[in-house]
Amino acid sequence: MFLQLIQRFRERLVAHIDGPLLVIVMVLMGFGLATVYSATYDASNRALSQLLNMLVGLAVMWAVAQLPPQKLMRFAVPLYVLGIILLVLVFLVGVKVNGARRWLPLGFTRIQPSEILKIAMPLMLAWYFHKYEAALKFRHFAIAGLLLIVPLGLIAKQPDLGTAVLVGAAGFYVIFFAGLPWKVIIGMIVAGASAAPFVWTMLHDYQRKRILTLIDPTSDPLGSGYHIIQSTIAIGSGGGFGKGWLEGTQTHLEFIPERHTDFIFAVFSEERGLLGNSILVFLYLMLIARGLMITANASTLFARVLGGSITLSFFTYAFVNMGMVSGILPVVGVPLPFMSYGGTALVTLFLGLGILMSIQSHRMLVKK
Amino acid sequence: MYKRHSSFHTQDSELDRFRFRIAFAAGAVVLAFAILIGRFFYLQVVQHDYYTTRAEDNRISLVPITPNRGVILDRNGTILARNYSAFTLEITPSKIEDLDATIDGLAKIIEILPKDRRRFRRMLEESKTFESLPIRSRLSDEEVARFAANRYLFPGVEVKARLFRQYPLGSTASHAIGYINRINKTDLEVIEKNEQSANYKGTDHIGKTGLEQKYEFELHGETGYEEVEIDSGGRAVRSLSRTAPVSGNNLTLTLDMRLQEIAEKAFGERRGALVAIEPSTGGILALVSTPTFDPNLFVDGIRSEDWDLLNNSADRPMVNRALNGAYPPGSTFKPFMALAALELGKRTPGQTIFDPGFFNFGGHHFRDDKKGGHGTVDMYKSIVASCDTYYYMLANDMGIDNIARFMGSLGLGSRTGIDIEGESEGVLPSQEWKKRRFKRPEQQKWFAGETISVGIGQGYNAYTPMQLAQAVAALANNGVIYRPHLVKYITDTRTGEKTLIEPEPLRTLSWKPQNIETIKKAMVGVNKEGTGARAFAGAAYESGGKTGTAQVFSLKGSDYRAGKLKEVLRDHALFIAFAPADHPKIALAVLVENGGFGAQSAAPIARMVLDYYLLGKLPKGPAKEDETPEEDVEE
Repeated sequence: MFLQLIQRFRERLVAHIDGPLLVIVMVLMGFGLATVYSATYDASNRALSQLLNMLVGLAVMWAVAQLPPQKLMRFAVPLYVLGIILLVLVFLVGVKVNGARRWLPLGFTRIQPSEILKIAMPLMLAWYFHKYEAALKFRHFAIAGLLLIVPLGLIAKQPDLGTAVLVGAAGFYVIFFAGLPWKVIIGMIVAGASAAPFVWTMLHDYQRKRILTLIDPTSDPLGSGYHIIQSTIAIGSGGGFGKGWLEGTQTHLEFIPERHTDFIFAVFSEERGLLGNSILVFLYLMLIARGLMITANASTLFARVLGGSITLSFFTYAFVNMGMVSGILPVVGVPLPFMSYGGTALVTLFLGLGILMSIQSHRMLVKK
Repeated sequence: MYKRHSSFHTQDSELDRFRFRIAFAAGAVVLAFAILIGRFFYLQVVQHDYYTTRAEDNRISLVPITPNRGVILDRNGTILARNYSAFTLEITPSKIEDLDATIDGLAKIIEILPKDRRRFRRMLEESKTFESLPIRSRLSDEEVARFAANRYLFPGVEVKARLFRQYPLGSTASHAIGYINRINKTDLEVIEKNEQSANYKGTDHIGKTGLEQKYEFELHGETGYEEVEIDSGGRAVRSLSRTAPVSGNNLTLTLDMRLQEIAEKAFGERRGALVAIEPSTGGILALVSTPTFDPNLFVDGIRSEDWDLLNNSADRPMVNRALNGAYPPGSTFKPFMALAALELGKRTPGQTIFDPGFFNFGGHHFRDDKKGGHGTVDMYKSIVASCDTYYYMLANDMGIDNIARFMGSLGLGSRTGIDIEGESEGVLPSQEWKKRRFKRPEQQKWFAGETISVGIGQGYNAYTPMQLAQAVAALANNGVIYRPHLVKYITDTRTGEKTLIEPEPLRTLSWKPQNIETIKKAMVGVNKEGTGARAFAGAAYESGGKTGTAQVFSLKGSDYRAGKLKEVLRDHALFIAFAPADHPKIALAVLVENGGFGAQSAAPIARMVLDYYLLGKLPKGPAKEDETPEEDVEE
């Protein structure tokens, strides 16, 4: 009787949880915890508080996974509108931290509304395309583009390039999966490329310089190039098998900035080498593959475009982060998913994960 | 275009399109990750060595550990230069924004005098950019503790334990030992030329004069290194490895400090020089130049008042008179002239001349010192009584070039090669010398009349006391000349191995033994019955000597009366000696600037030195001048 109760509880607990996704994320978080520990143990250890963040994230994921996609759909418009309002408020009364106006004071704490858009944006666009599924016209794509560009502009204005990239990418993936014609995609790429020289001439000198530094960090070794120079040294000196856990000299001698957050990959890479990097990339690839599999089998347009967008967002995070730390992409504030320290980003990621699990577990129900 | 969108109505075809896009996205993801892996491969495999070096450079800093400078000892083991450790308060100017404010703040905790500030300013102007400079040295324990309690207020300021050079005997033999001082630009060039730059990374003092300078690279030692791991802020985190420094080699000198002290004291307040040599080795027993200076003043960066005092003094204490001052040898030249005459066959010992009191050359009277002359004079008497006329004639007979050749072989007029820098050549006059010396043709010609005063050690003649001492030693040693040297052996402080400085024979002059005997006998006569007899009265050993007086002020026809002339115009007094006469253990040359007659002021100094060296007899106070000039002193 009692055993039965436990059995039922267990079933209830795992009913909507996707095994493969969970395993992959657990392994990633294991790496993440070890790396956060290595990056912070000689100062103030953050591993424990990161573990708490992860538990909170898992709870959020579990809760979201219980909700069928139809219910999620209801949140789309209110969440999006709330996000926009908060962004406007930030623009008007936000708090400036380190030269960027990203925060909204709430008396006891402050929140970063742009974070909401990471989920609200794909949700809103997915809802929108789902609504007009029967007769998608070009103007629907145009309106979707507008829905994307307005908050994107507000975020970029803060400025928060990292979040803008993530939100923009998430929105674009929805539009892409909704069937944005290839001609338009190619047309946009061509237009963008040909506009670049004109934009270049319109930029201020300091803006150009900033872009040049992004391309060649050694041109400003003590300024913005410093991070990249030090992180590439960390990665390169890690070699094939790394210097060993807790043994990274670049890390422990504080040459790597933001080493437990955005630059955690440099720490990991220095201590684990090419082998560790390959395993990490493989894990992300598995995560994405599983996400895409779930998406491909999803039963509604809403679930498909949302799932596709969330899955590819994981890719965006991972690729942009590893790309910038290894010096092939400009430095923007993007965390490495499930590795970087930080509660907010983790919760957002788990939220996405929960949605994917919800899509997966409620697929049959819908079909039936 | 919009027609195509009608296909969205068909569920299956829409799903196919969607799945195609999923596949496309998957392909893009794989491609992007492949690019990343490629980048990692490039960084971690292809460029691995480069980045490893970069990482090592980043984290490892080599901190030099300055070696202990070698100690200098005299032949009896008396310490002449050593090191002691003391705490200094040092400021790294590059780490400090407002130097004055920092120093003002420090002055509240630790006494900082205006002279400390001035010295700091001066060093600041000369220093390399990143080094730390002392604002105060020799902190007391209490001061160190007081700073330690407040050090958080003063980033860029630290207390360091440093080794300081100390010269325990102060001014004694300071010209021979020399001193060290902070490295300047010229020194850096020397260091670079000797390929010692790496070894001097942590060193900020270097030998400036004397033995400290000459044996700099022996004394310095090998700098050690500590490999220190540093963080991005440049702070040392931990030590990785340590290569201990190797202390510099110790120098043991040929100098006998007690002899040196006695000789210096014998001069009293008088200016002058004394060089005493062991004839059989060339080892220098005493090297005196008075007045002296205290080398300890320089170690810590000399104060400008002290420097002005030393540099502007009319007595010029910084000049090493023994090596740098060139003086006419006066009558001390005569024994060598006589030897030259014997060797060249211009005279025999028994050959006599008649001295009427002057020598007539082309209508000009070269005066003898003794009115009415010495009468009949042979070689012995010419030396014992210091007869000028004898040597006027001899010089005339020999000719300037013969004189120059013989005196040159004795080492006069060229550097002796002693192991200290800054030796003067002196002047050995000859026809060729005059051609080199003067520019205008009418001045370049040598006149026979000029040879005559050269014969009594006047005229163009000018030699350093060092050269004279070497010449005496050559005579005492029967013609074998050793290179004069101050260092007896060098001790490797690591192995304790001693490297002896072998006596180095420079030349062997094959003089006939009977000629040498003749001269030595005459010089013994000088101290027994001649011009040196009063100074050497009652000596318990037999010694050879010769007095000399070098003209400073030319007197034309009138009597020379010392008392009437200002001191600086008085003649220089000289004395050369060797003893014991049969087997000389010491040869010396003494010069007293403006001392008047050699017999009066220089000979008593020589007596004191010989008394101590041969008998261990200690003098009472400085050598006294003979007040009453003797009848038959030289010119």
